[in-house]
Amino acid sequence: MGMLCIALLLGFVRLFLGPSLPDRVLALDLITMIGIGIIALYAIATDRSVLLDVAIALGLILFLATVAFATFFERSTLARRRRRERG
Amino acid sequence: MSVAEIIESVLLLVGAGLILLAAIGVVRMPDLLIRLHATTKAATLGSALMVAAVAVHFGSVQVVTRAIAVIVFLLITAPVAAHMLARASYFLGVPLWRRTVIDELGSHYDRETHELTAAEEEELAAIEAALVRDRQ
Repeated sequence: MGMLCIALLLGFVRLFLGPSLPDRVLALDLITMIGIGIIALYAIATDRSVLLDVAIALGLILFLATVAFATFFERSTLARRRRRERG
Repeated sequence: MSVAEIIESVLLLVGAGLILLAAIGVVRMPDLLIRLHATTKAATLGSALMVAAVAVHFGSVQVVTRAIAVIVFLLITAPVAAHMLARASYFLGVPLWRRTVIDELGSHYDRETHELTAAEEEELAAIEAALVRDRQ
Protein backbone atom coordinates (compact mmCIF):
# COMPACT_ATOMS: atom_id res chain seq x y z
CA MET A 1 0.00 0.00 0.00
CA GLY A 2 2.83 2.37 0.86
CA MET A 3 4.52 1.70 -2.47
CA LEU A 4 1.27 2.37 -4.33
CA CYS A 5 0.71 5.62 -2.43
CA ILE A 6 4.21 6.85 -3.29
CA ALA A 7 3.58 5.87 -6.92
CA LEU A 8 0.28 7.80 -6.85
CA LEU A 9 2.07 10.86 -5.49
CA LEU A 10 4.74 10.68 -8.21
CA GLY A 11 1.98 10.34 -10.80
CA PHE A 12 0.38 13.54 -9.52
CA VAL A 13 3.77 15.28 -9.61
CA ARG A 14 3.98 14.57 -13.34
CA LEU A 15 0.33 15.60 -13.76
CA PHE A 16 1.15 19.04 -12.34
CA LEU A 17 4.61 19.45 -13.91
CA GLY A 18 3.84 17.91 -17.32
CA PRO A 19 5.25 20.36 -19.84
CA SER A 20 2.85 19.28 -22.58
CA LEU A 21 -0.72 18.00 -22.71
CA PRO A 22 0.20 14.41 -23.71
CA ASP A 23 2.40 14.29 -20.61
CA ARG A 24 -0.62 14.99 -18.46
CA VAL A 25 -2.66 12.34 -20.25
CA LEU A 26 0.19 9.91 -19.65
CA ALA A 27 0.12 10.78 -15.94
CA LEU A 28 -3.66 10.19 -15.84
CA ASP A 29 -3.06 6.84 -17.54
CA LEU A 30 -0.56 5.90 -14.85
CA ILE A 31 -2.85 7.10 -12.04
CA THR A 32 -5.70 4.91 -13.33
CA MET A 33 -3.32 1.92 -13.47
CA ILE A 34 -2.38 2.58 -9.85
CA GLY A 35 -6.11 2.81 -9.09
CA ILE A 36 -6.59 -0.70 -10.50
CA GLY A 37 -3.77 -1.91 -8.28
CA ILE A 38 -5.26 -0.27 -5.19
CA ILE A 39 -8.68 -1.79 -5.94
CA ALA A 40 -7.08 -5.23 -6.27
CA LEU A 41 -5.33 -4.74 -2.93
CA TYR A 42 -8.54 -3.52 -1.29
CA ALA A 43 -10.49 -6.52 -2.65
CA ILE A 44 -7.98 -8.85 -0.98
CA ALA A 45 -7.88 -6.85 2.29
CA THR A 46 -11.66 -6.77 2.72
CA ASP A 47 -12.29 -10.22 1.17
CA ARG A 48 -14.85 -8.84 -1.29
CA SER A 49 -14.57 -10.21 -4.82
CA VAL A 50 -17.23 -7.82 -6.21
CA LEU A 51 -14.59 -5.09 -6.31
CA LEU A 52 -13.00 -6.79 -9.33
CA ASP A 53 -15.90 -5.46 -11.42
CA VAL A 54 -14.82 -1.95 -10.50
CA ALA A 55 -11.35 -2.78 -11.83
CA ILE A 56 -12.91 -3.93 -15.13
CA ALA A 57 -14.84 -0.66 -15.46
CA LEU A 58 -11.74 1.38 -14.60
CA GLY A 59 -9.73 -0.48 -17.25
CA LEU A 60 -12.40 0.29 -19.88
CA ILE A 61 -12.46 3.97 -18.94
CA LEU A 62 -8.64 4.10 -19.03
CA PHE A 63 -8.52 2.84 -22.61
CA LEU A 64 -11.39 5.00 -23.86
CA ALA A 65 -10.03 8.16 -22.22
CA THR A 66 -6.53 7.75 -23.65
CA VAL A 67 -7.79 6.98 -27.16
CA ALA A 68 -10.25 9.88 -27.02
CA PHE A 69 -7.53 12.31 -25.90
CA ALA A 70 -5.14 11.09 -28.62
CA THR A 71 -7.77 11.47 -31.33
CA PHE A 72 -8.65 14.91 -30.03
CA PHE A 73 -5.00 16.04 -30.11
CA GLU A 74 -4.54 14.77 -33.64
CA ARG A 75 -7.73 16.40 -34.94
CA SER A 76 -7.02 19.74 -33.26
CA THR A 77 -3.47 19.88 -34.68
CA LEU A 78 -4.73 19.12 -38.16
CA ALA A 79 -7.51 21.70 -37.88
CA ARG A 80 -5.09 24.39 -36.69
CA ARG A 81 -2.72 23.62 -39.56
CA ARG A 82 -5.54 23.80 -42.11
CA ARG A 83 -6.68 27.13 -40.71
CA ARG A 84 -3.15 28.49 -40.97
CA GLU A 85 -2.98 27.42 -44.62
CA ARG A 86 -6.23 29.20 -45.40
CA GLY A 87 -5.58 32.35 -43.39
CA MET B 1 1.27 -19.82 5.73
CA SER B 2 0.06 -21.86 2.81
CA VAL B 3 1.63 -21.98 -0.63
CA ALA B 4 -1.22 -19.95 -2.15
CA GLU B 5 -0.68 -17.16 0.36
CA ILE B 6 3.03 -17.02 -0.40
CA ILE B 7 2.36 -16.86 -4.16
CA GLU B 8 -0.26 -14.20 -3.55
CA SER B 9 1.99 -11.96 -1.49
CA VAL B 10 4.88 -12.33 -3.93
CA LEU B 11 2.56 -11.33 -6.80
CA LEU B 12 1.29 -8.32 -4.84
CA LEU B 13 4.77 -7.14 -3.89
CA VAL B 14 6.22 -7.55 -7.38
CA GLY B 15 3.19 -5.82 -8.89
CA ALA B 16 3.37 -2.87 -6.50
CA GLY B 17 7.14 -2.63 -7.03
CA LEU B 18 6.71 -2.50 -10.82
CA ILE B 19 4.05 0.21 -10.52
CA LEU B 20 6.35 2.22 -8.25
CA LEU B 21 9.16 1.81 -10.80
CA ALA B 22 6.84 3.06 -13.54
CA ALA B 23 5.90 6.11 -11.46
CA ILE B 24 9.56 6.89 -10.74
CA GLY B 25 10.26 6.55 -14.46
CA VAL B 26 7.44 8.92 -15.32
CA VAL B 27 8.90 11.60 -13.07
CA ARG B 28 12.58 11.06 -13.87
CA MET B 29 12.68 10.44 -17.63
CA PRO B 30 13.53 13.36 -19.93
CA ASP B 31 10.95 13.29 -22.74
CA LEU B 32 7.46 12.09 -23.51
CA LEU B 33 8.33 9.03 -25.58
CA ILE B 34 10.77 7.72 -22.98
CA ARG B 35 8.20 8.32 -20.24
CA LEU B 36 5.66 6.40 -22.33
CA HIS B 37 8.19 3.61 -22.64
CA ALA B 38 8.66 3.54 -18.85
CA THR B 39 5.03 3.66 -17.82
CA THR B 40 3.23 1.52 -20.41
CA LYS B 41 5.06 -1.73 -19.86
CA ALA B 42 5.91 -1.57 -16.18
CA ALA B 43 2.55 -0.24 -14.97
CA THR B 44 0.57 -2.64 -17.18
CA LEU B 45 2.50 -5.67 -15.96
CA GLY B 46 2.29 -4.39 -12.37
CA SER B 47 -1.47 -4.02 -12.27
CA ALA B 48 -1.89 -7.30 -14.18
CA LEU B 49 0.15 -9.08 -11.49
CA MET B 50 -1.94 -7.47 -8.73
CA VAL B 51 -5.18 -8.64 -10.39
CA ALA B 52 -3.60 -12.10 -10.70
CA ALA B 53 -3.01 -11.97 -6.93
CA VAL B 54 -6.74 -11.37 -6.46
CA ALA B 55 -7.43 -14.47 -8.58
CA VAL B 56 -5.05 -16.55 -6.44
CA HIS B 57 -6.62 -15.19 -3.22
CA PHE B 58 -10.23 -16.09 -4.02
CA GLY B 59 -9.63 -19.09 -6.28
CA SER B 60 -13.27 -19.52 -7.32
CA VAL B 61 -14.21 -19.92 -10.99
CA GLN B 62 -16.07 -16.59 -11.29
CA VAL B 63 -13.26 -14.52 -9.82
CA VAL B 64 -10.55 -16.23 -11.84
CA THR B 65 -12.52 -15.74 -15.06
CA ARG B 66 -13.03 -12.07 -14.33
CA ALA B 67 -9.39 -11.60 -13.38
CA ILE B 68 -8.28 -13.22 -16.64
CA ALA B 69 -10.66 -10.91 -18.51
CA VAL B 70 -9.15 -7.85 -16.81
CA ILE B 71 -5.57 -8.98 -17.49
CA VAL B 72 -6.19 -9.82 -21.16
CA PHE B 73 -8.02 -6.53 -21.65
CA LEU B 74 -5.19 -4.56 -20.05
CA LEU B 75 -2.51 -6.33 -22.08
CA ILE B 76 -4.42 -5.74 -25.33
CA THR B 77 -5.42 -2.12 -24.83
CA ALA B 78 -2.32 -0.62 -23.18
CA PRO B 79 -0.06 -0.86 -26.26
CA VAL B 80 -2.82 0.49 -28.52
CA ALA B 81 -3.42 3.46 -26.23
CA ALA B 82 0.31 4.16 -25.90
CA HIS B 83 0.78 3.98 -29.66
CA MET B 84 -2.07 6.42 -30.29
CA LEU B 85 -0.75 8.83 -27.67
CA ALA B 86 2.78 8.71 -29.12
CA ARG B 87 1.45 9.25 -32.65
CA ALA B 88 -0.67 12.21 -31.57
CA SER B 89 2.23 13.75 -29.63
CA TYR B 90 4.52 13.44 -32.67
CA PHE B 91 2.00 15.28 -34.84
CA LEU B 92 1.49 17.83 -32.08
CA GLY B 93 5.22 18.57 -32.25
CA VAL B 94 6.15 17.66 -28.68
CA PRO B 95 9.93 18.21 -28.57
CA LEU B 96 12.20 15.17 -28.38
CA TRP B 97 15.03 14.86 -25.90
CA ARG B 98 18.06 16.91 -27.04
CA ARG B 99 20.25 13.80 -26.96
CA THR B 100 17.91 11.75 -29.16
CA VAL B 101 20.09 9.82 -31.59
CA ILE B 102 17.78 9.26 -34.54
CA ASP B 103 14.38 10.50 -35.72
CA GLU B 104 13.65 8.18 -38.63
CA LEU B 105 10.28 9.73 -39.39
CA GLY B 106 11.72 13.26 -39.40
CA SER B 107 12.96 13.31 -42.98
CA HIS B 108 9.88 11.57 -44.37
CA TYR B 109 7.08 13.40 -42.57
CA ASP B 110 5.93 16.75 -43.91
CA ARG B 111 4.73 18.85 -40.97
CA GLU B 112 2.84 21.32 -43.16
CA THR B 113 0.80 18.97 -45.32
CA HIS B 114 0.60 16.03 -42.88
CA GLU B 115 1.90 13.64 -45.55
CA LEU B 116 4.47 10.90 -45.52
CA THR B 117 6.89 10.71 -48.43
CA ALA B 118 8.73 7.55 -49.39
CA ALA B 119 12.51 7.25 -49.40
CA GLU B 120 14.32 9.45 -51.92
CA GLU B 121 15.19 8.13 -55.38
CA GLU B 122 18.93 8.01 -54.62
CA GLU B 123 18.37 6.08 -51.38
CA LEU B 124 16.23 3.54 -53.23
CA ALA B 125 18.87 3.21 -55.97
CA ALA B 126 21.57 2.67 -53.32
CA ILE B 127 19.49 -0.04 -51.60
CA GLU B 128 18.84 -1.70 -54.97
CA ALA B 129 22.55 -1.65 -55.85
CA ALA B 130 23.46 -3.17 -52.46
CA LEU B 131 20.92 -5.96 -52.99
CA VAL B 132 22.28 -6.72 -56.46
CA ARG B 133 25.83 -6.77 -55.09
CA ASP B 134 24.81 -9.20 -52.34
CA ARG B 135 23.25 -11.58 -54.85
CA GLN B 136 26.41 -11.83 -56.93
